[in-house]
Amino acid sequence: MSGLWAVALKELRQIRRDRRSLLILLFIPCFFLFLYGYALNFDIRHVPLAVEDRDLTEESRALVAAFVRSTYFDQVASIDRPEDMAALLDTGRARAVLVIPSDFSQRIRQGGVAEVQVVLDGENANSATTVLGYANAVLADASLRLGGQIRTPIVSAAPRIWYNPELRSTLFLVPGLIAYLATVMAVVSTALSIVREKESGTIEQIRMAPISTLTFVVGKTLPYLVLSQVSAFLVILAAMALFGLPMRGDWFTLGLVVALFLVGALGTGLLVSTIAPSQQVAFQASMLIAFLPTLMLSGFIFPIASMPLALQYVTTIVPAKYFLIGLRGVVLKGLGAGDLLGPMAAMGAFAVVVLALSAARLARR
Amino acid sequence: MIRPGQTDGGPPPVIHVDALSRTFGAFRAVDQVSFDVQRGEVFGFLGSNGAGKSTTIRMLCGLLKPSSGRALVDGLDVGRDPEGVKRRIGYMSQRFSLYELLTVEQNIRFYAGLYGITGERLERRRRFALDIGGLAGREHERTGHLSGGWRQRLALGCALLHEPPILFLDEPTGGVDPVSRREFWRLIDDLSAAGTTVLVTTHYLDEAERCDRVAIMHLGRLAALGTIGELKRTFADRPIVEIRTADPVALMAWLDAHALVEKTSLFGTAVHAVLRSGTAPAELEAALGASGQTVRSLEPVVPSLEDVFLDVVDRLERGRAA
Repeated sequence: MSGLWAVALKELRQIRRDRRSLLILLFIPCFFLFLYGYALNFDIRHVPLAVEDRDLTEESRALVAAFVRSTYFDQVASIDRPEDMAALLDTGRARAVLVIPSDFSQRIRQGGVAEVQVVLDGENANSATTVLGYANAVLADASLRLGGQIRTPIVSAAPRIWYNPELRSTLFLVPGLIAYLATVMAVVSTALSIVREKESGTIEQIRMAPISTLTFVVGKTLPYLVLSQVSAFLVILAAMALFGLPMRGDWFTLGLVVALFLVGALGTGLLVSTIAPSQQVAFQASMLIAFLPTLMLSGFIFPIASMPLALQYVTTIVPAKYFLIGLRGVVLKGLGAGDLLGPMAAMGAFAVVVLALSAARLARR
Repeated sequence: MIRPGQTDGGPPPVIHVDALSRTFGAFRAVDQVSFDVQRGEVFGFLGSNGAGKSTTIRMLCGLLKPSSGRALVDGLDVGRDPEGVKRRIGYMSQRFSLYELLTVEQNIRFYAGLYGITGERLERRRRFALDIGGLAGREHERTGHLSGGWRQRLALGCALLHEPPILFLDEPTGGVDPVSRREFWRLIDDLSAAGTTVLVTTHYLDEAERCDRVAIMHLGRLAALGTIGELKRTFADRPIVEIRTADPVALMAWLDAHALVEKTSLFGTAVHAVLRSGTAPAELEAALGASGQTVRSLEPVVPSLEDVFLDVVDRLERGRAA
């Protein structure tokens, strides 16, 4: 026990002395959250809109007003001559054009279907799709108010979105960011801290002492577990303050989910450190086996359901996937520990496997 | 094989090694090595890199499991009770494994913690380590800011915190200036006088000269073992002459072909020639004169440990080839 305490205390003192690792552990994650949180935003607002209103009636003006009121669109130009449209889109002054035909109000009064045209800049297919979605929503809303039907099908579904009613991509992305940052902290800092002892030869000295491999490993990872848990919560709190991430579940379950994930991540770092001969190799290996899967295969950015089947199978061994299910479950859906037994068991199993593998590698003599 | 210096009867050896071997795959890193070390002895391992010195030490420290044979350290079998062995030994490597970010005091406390040293004993041993390192009053300096010699002595102090009866030093003076090296060896002599058994690996021949007995290892085998005097005596009837000339390479070729000469080696710009058993240096001088070889000087020299080392290695290699 004295050995365990000695190792943990020494590690804490080293971290405190080593400004760089302290910075990496505590502040860089928050900084990155801030940076990525704003950059990684799939929402689009204030799309510059040009309007070609050939009808010029009360109804047509009401439709334009509905577009502007939605805050998704800003009217930047009115088009009098049809040939001006291309120039506006080419120069990027407008990214969407609304064309209202001259019989617009007449058709509405007759109770018929009034067709309008929305022309979009398709340069970025993703944002064009999103903008089209906004335009349809505005049209559907306006058609109800105007009493007629504006390009809406006769039978239309009325979608209602739960958990994230505004479909803000931030609420979806921020948990992924937290998983990504927790991986960075836990895997890299553990891997580097042990490889550093290999490089300086101190690990050899510790092997000569009568303490078990288990004592050494636990004593060494304990401070990182505590620190990365603190850091993960700092990031979660920052996400709540900056991006309005809600907290619908309980903190205990959240802490449990985070801790299970971090133990697995620390184990991964440990495993990397048993293989890597130098800090540089350790860093690159961590990138390969921890960052990339967390980024690509966890459902952070790319939905798992839209991956090829083979890749979907691969994702079952990516711990960040289960962490995301757990994290989103707790903060967005308010699920409790009882609802998340599956993902928690998966993270626990992953942790046991990597820890056992690295213990086996460390104990060889 | 030369194997004098072994005691029969008397106290049992502190370290008893019997046909110890370690293989890594097909490679035999240590091959059937046997020797005994007495209490308080300073026992040197001499050999080039890859000779098997470090592998032997690592087995004796309980870090590596022997593939065959056995070794008793302070009465404990290293293969069966490595943890017990670890409590009885101190270990210091050439890298002076201290945490450079931590202070002198924090390093001492960390290593004391690993061995479970607390309370009054901790205070006593802490003072001992500071004394040995000459670091009293500098407890709160960062270890990384100390120069090589200080770090080396602090590392030695840390390795001795738990008062081990046996101390292993793996090339302990690498990268340290000559003055610090001398001071370090004075500490080793004190420890040995106080009854600590010291095993030291080195490839510095002058350090090996300071050992009570030296084991020369080559290609995993124990090639020779004895006191410095005993090892040098193997040259008793084979004189060594040091010859200086303008063209040592040409001279060596001539000497190697000559019947009076057993072998030659280059020492700096001079040539050392080992003469065949019973040959007088004057005979070679006459032969050189008769052949018209121009020689600046020729004089008999006392064999150095380097001569011994080269001779031992040479004979072992010829033995293998035969």
